[in-house]
Amino acid sequence: MTDTVLGTAHDGHYGPYGGRFVPEALTHALDELESAFRAALDDPAFEQRLDSLQRNYTGRPSPLTEVTRFGEHCGGARILLKREDLNHTGSHKINNVLGQALLAQRMGKKRVIAETGAGQHGVATATAAALLDLECTVYMGEEDTRRQALNVARMRLLGAEVVPVTAGSQTLKDAINEAMRDWVSTVERTHYLLGTVTGPAPFPEIVRHFHSVIGTETREQVLDLVGRLPDAVAACVGGGSNAIGIFSAFLDDPTVQLRGYEAGGEGIDTGRHAARFAMGAPGVLHGARTYVMQDEWGQTVPSHSISAGLDYPGVGPEHAWLHDTKRAHYEPVSDDEAMQAFALLSRTEGIIPAIETAHALAGAMRLGRELGPDAVIVINLSGRGDKDVETAARYFGIDISDSPDVPAP
Amino acid sequence: MSAVAQAFSRAREENRAALVGYLPAGYPDLATSIRLIEAMVAAGVDVVEVGLPYSDPLMDGPVIAQAADRALSQGTTTDDVLEVAAASARTGAATVVMSYWNPIERFGLDRFADRLAAVGGSGVITPDLTPEEADAWQASTDARSLDRIFLVAPSSTPERIATVVSACSGFVYAASLMGVTGTRDSVSGDAEGLVARVRAETNLPVAVGLGVSHGDQAASIAGFADGVIVGSAFVRAVAQAPDNDAAVEAVGALAAELAAGVRRRSE
Repeated sequence: MTDTVLGTAHDGHYGPYGGRFVPEALTHALDELESAFRAALDDPAFEQRLDSLQRNYTGRPSPLTEVTRFGEHCGGARILLKREDLNHTGSHKINNVLGQALLAQRMGKKRVIAETGAGQHGVATATAAALLDLECTVYMGEEDTRRQALNVARMRLLGAEVVPVTAGSQTLKDAINEAMRDWVSTVERTHYLLGTVTGPAPFPEIVRHFHSVIGTETREQVLDLVGRLPDAVAACVGGGSNAIGIFSAFLDDPTVQLRGYEAGGEGIDTGRHAARFAMGAPGVLHGARTYVMQDEWGQTVPSHSISAGLDYPGVGPEHAWLHDTKRAHYEPVSDDEAMQAFALLSRTEGIIPAIETAHALAGAMRLGRELGPDAVIVINLSGRGDKDVETAARYFGIDISDSPDVPAP
Repeated sequence: MSAVAQAFSRAREENRAALVGYLPAGYPDLATSIRLIEAMVAAGVDVVEVGLPYSDPLMDGPVIAQAADRALSQGTTTDDVLEVAAASARTGAATVVMSYWNPIERFGLDRFADRLAAVGGSGVITPDLTPEEADAWQASTDARSLDRIFLVAPSSTPERIATVVSACSGFVYAASLMGVTGTRDSVSGDAEGLVARVRAETNLPVAVGLGVSHGDQAASIAGFADGVIVGSAFVRAVAQAPDNDAAVEAVGALAAELAAGVRRRSE
């Protein structure tokens, strides 16, 4: 088995994790995707096209912002935010989407489909589809369409079809099931633009590759600013794409701690959480072997989180391997802790983060107190919180009604 | 020779195709799911596929997915599935379990194979397990002489078919179309070509599934395949029946129609 922590080319496995657990009908499409991906990596024109889009469309490189007032609440540690929230469409998701949309074009596919939880991946996919003139269908759990109504409207404005999924728990997991069903039926003309570092090989590798720009930029920016490597790099982990993106540049630096924060929901003792590493077990979900929240019979247990983007019972297989090898460390952060960090960053720095990202902020507050004032911690600020204003207002009891009958507080 | 192999060879001797019928264990409830299988066998099903209901059945359309939801919400477990498999085997029909991979992995590969063999089960169909990931499963099933049934699809290349059939025993499951179960009422024109491509690689029997719902289709597939697989149509018959007795009757009637079909071998 190849060592993927240090890894270059590999066979889709990360230690015992990853692989391909899919209906045979998809094998050909996955082989085709893998060939197209490898060919694109060898094609300077592809690299140029992507690089140009990243600079002139996404707005890369994204800045690294030092936040001293917020840092005071992190044990006085030096806190640096990698500003993926400033990308076009408001999160890191666009990095992978542009790469895969170009791959779809290269494969001659006229249609892309995607799953989305918080809606950020769906919005990014709808955006790239508009840009590259691709037909686009986005599957989204019906519960998520309610809590992320603004993103549903954005996708429709961009010309995408949004299909609410009513099966199962009506969240990200069920949206992936439905996207897979669509794909198996339409695979000849459709590319499944999977939004995170899970699913059957080669998806985890492809998505990681297109997000590795986050880590590459960060490493250079930290060295420029601080003159040394950071002590820790922190990110929230749903499927784990933003985390892999920033971790990827530091895997070979043993002095840099890698910290992933998963959704502790209402508390891991309540059963209402998405803490796969804290409470899950190795299994197979959505085409990959990884940590899965499951019962004693191998049935998937529904996850819970205040953030739709972390509300997923599986996690990327490379994270499973980084966890087992102890190269990265994963901890749950509860809904309440995340919301406190959400409010704190908003008030101390004028940056409203996505609630997903707020889990990493809360984690860094803990970590900073542990590492002390000499520490340098980079947090991947994976997305902005515009989409979460309604959820946050409800959580904090802020009245956002514009009805003249209801007085504002 | 395994019970599955015997069922196909008996059908061949009778110059007909074998009829393979699928129903999920625990749907609409445990006891009725056993009666449904008994009715299916009494009316002429040669090989029974006992479905293990799974929370994330991404190869299944709404008919089977909803049946699985219902079975799970009533607390159906892998132990229950094995109990249904035991009842199915007692009818004398060759019995296989059809399961997504995670429940088997969670139960334990050897433990599952032991238990299934002990109750008279003959093999396992694993729609989301590819041969590349199946080394341990090969050892577990070989040790208990269980058949290992993998799927081929219209998109499978000749090289891929060769890989899949070399890992198979009992029969090869040919998915007739690119899609999920129970969403189309026709078998694609690709099916016959696919069967021919599989035959070029193996002497194992080839059974065709996905999109088969009535006797005429069964007859037409029996013209070029060794077996005809019907799943969603049985589940739909149960879902549409007003009560359990009517469901048993409807499943028996459909099985009889299909059994007549595989004996007609039209076209």
